[in-house]
Amino acid sequence: MIRIRGLTKRLGTKQVLDGVDLDIGKGESVVVMGRSGTGKSVLLKHVIGLMTPDQGSIEIDGQEIVGLKEHDLDEVRKRFGMLFQGAALFDSLTVGENVGLALREHQRLDEREVRRRVAERLEWVGLSGVEDMKPASLSGGMRKRVGLARAIAMDPQVILYDEPTTGLDPIMADVIDQLIRGLQRRLGVTTVVVTHDLVSAYKLADRIAMLHDGKVVFTGTVDETRHTQDPLVRQFVQGSSQGPIAV
Amino acid sequence: MQEDLALRGARYLRRRAFDWIAEVGRVTLLIGELFRFLAPGLRSFGLVIQQMGSIGVGSLWLVVVVSLFTGAVAAVQAAYQFSTVVPLKFLGAVILRSVIIELGPVLTGLVVGGRVGASIAAELGTMKVTEQIDALRAMAIHPVRYLVVPRVVASIVMLPIMVVFANAIAIFGGFVVAVTSIGVSAHTYVIGLKQFFYLKDLYSGLLKAFFFGGIIGTMGCHYGFATEGGAEGVGLATTRAVVASCVLILISDYVLAHMLFRFIFAS
Ligand SMILES: Nc1ncnc2c1ncn2[C@@H]1O[C@H](COP(=O)(O)OP(=O)(O)O)[C@@H](O)[C@H]1O
Ligand SMILES: [Mg+2]
Repeated sequence: MIRIRGLTKRLGTKQVLDGVDLDIGKGESVVVMGRSGTGKSVLLKHVIGLMTPDQGSIEIDGQEIVGLKEHDLDEVRKRFGMLFQGAALFDSLTVGENVGLALREHQRLDEREVRRRVAERLEWVGLSGVEDMKPASLSGGMRKRVGLARAIAMDPQVILYDEPTTGLDPIMADVIDQLIRGLQRRLGVTTVVVTHDLVSAYKLADRIAMLHDGKVVFTGTVDETRHTQDPLVRQFVQGSSQGPIAV
Repeated sequence: MQEDLALRGARYLRRRAFDWIAEVGRVTLLIGELFRFLAPGLRSFGLVIQQMGSIGVGSLWLVVVVSLFTGAVAAVQAAYQFSTVVPLKFLGAVILRSVIIELGPVLTGLVVGGRVGASIAAELGTMKVTEQIDALRAMAIHPVRYLVVPRVVASIVMLPIMVVFANAIAIFGGFVVAVTSIGVSAHTYVIGLKQFFYLKDLYSGLLKAFFFGGIIGTMGCHYGFATEGGAEGVGLATTRAVVASCVLILISDYVLAHMLFRFIFAS
């Protein structure tokens, strides 16, 4: 489904991505772990064409997206949903308008159908009846869930999640994890989650990949990750300041 | 040591020059995209109307106050300079022409440039640093179509409207001062207005306003999009948008005046 090869990206003076290889299968849930600032968000932004790599290739369903024109990228993007780290809700719009924006912009649906769909997606994330609220008046967990409702409004085949649970209390984090897993299992959505939250990673992943120093240094199932002898991964999993990862 | 300093100075200037050229390049690209997305952008006409409303509402009182006092000052100054040389029956004419050719468009441009340019830059800058611009693109909604076109078009439409309005207020302000403290009769003032009203003066003022509107909207959007690095970056973007708008308004005012009155209306 998604095939990343040799992706490199330099930002400022920092080589953020330095040859990333990663495969994500159809309907699979892959969690990309890594320390803050290793370039997890940068990686996701490449997958959806918000950033262009210096080198490397990204294929979506066999189609190379590196070097595509914005217009052609848009066709690819319509199959994607993305939940941003800070939810990135449009704060000049109401919650309902946020969730319905892509529907109104891209599909010729009548207003009643849009409203029905918006209400349905908000119900899926457990937030019925908040359509008329402004994002500014929502709590962190609610913002994330509205962001999620917006990401799934267009029935995407792939959803990218940038730190969906970071900064939430453990109970709200579990609610979000359940939603993500539910969408993947129920609708067969290909899922890419970027996080440094291990609890989430274990709950969400079919496969875990570890990003370190601009490369994917490890991939494995949850069990393989738990019991790996790889010193980098062990240090991360055990949350230790001692080891090969320099602090 | 001294050589070193000279070298550093030269290097600094060269870097600034390159930065500046890059900046001009980015603005040019933005204007190119603006034209490319003009037609699709205008299809969401509601967004344009909404922007026109917020520009009008946001700047109306400011424009009223500024124009009123501009007219009043113009009256006082003109009366002082006329003293015994020029008869006061020309007072209305002088105020009229200086307001509609120059003062109305330029002062409205500067005031709205400060107010609207800053608010556009702040809004888009905040959207940039909170990833809302990325979110739009990820939803396959082009930011130039959805954000830039409505704002620039609204500025271009609203500025001439506000200039007409500002002209009227300024002429009224001049009238009040002329009648109450200079001793020109209302009749004389109005005769002066009528005698020296030329449509081409009005047109040239409105043409300026049209360009000023474009400058304000484009600079606001450009610096908004160029924002980096949190709240501090947003503050910087607003300042830059306002400074660039004001400088470009004054420069283009000169260029337009030169073209209009030396070539087009010269005969
Ligand atoms: N637009 C940018 N310009 C310059 N540097 C950037 C930019 N975006 C991210 N970076 C840098 O790239 C590195 C990785 O960032 P990011 O992907 O956000 O990390 P994370 O893994 O925490 O999501 C950081 O060092 C960050 O400073
Ligand atoms: Mg991140």
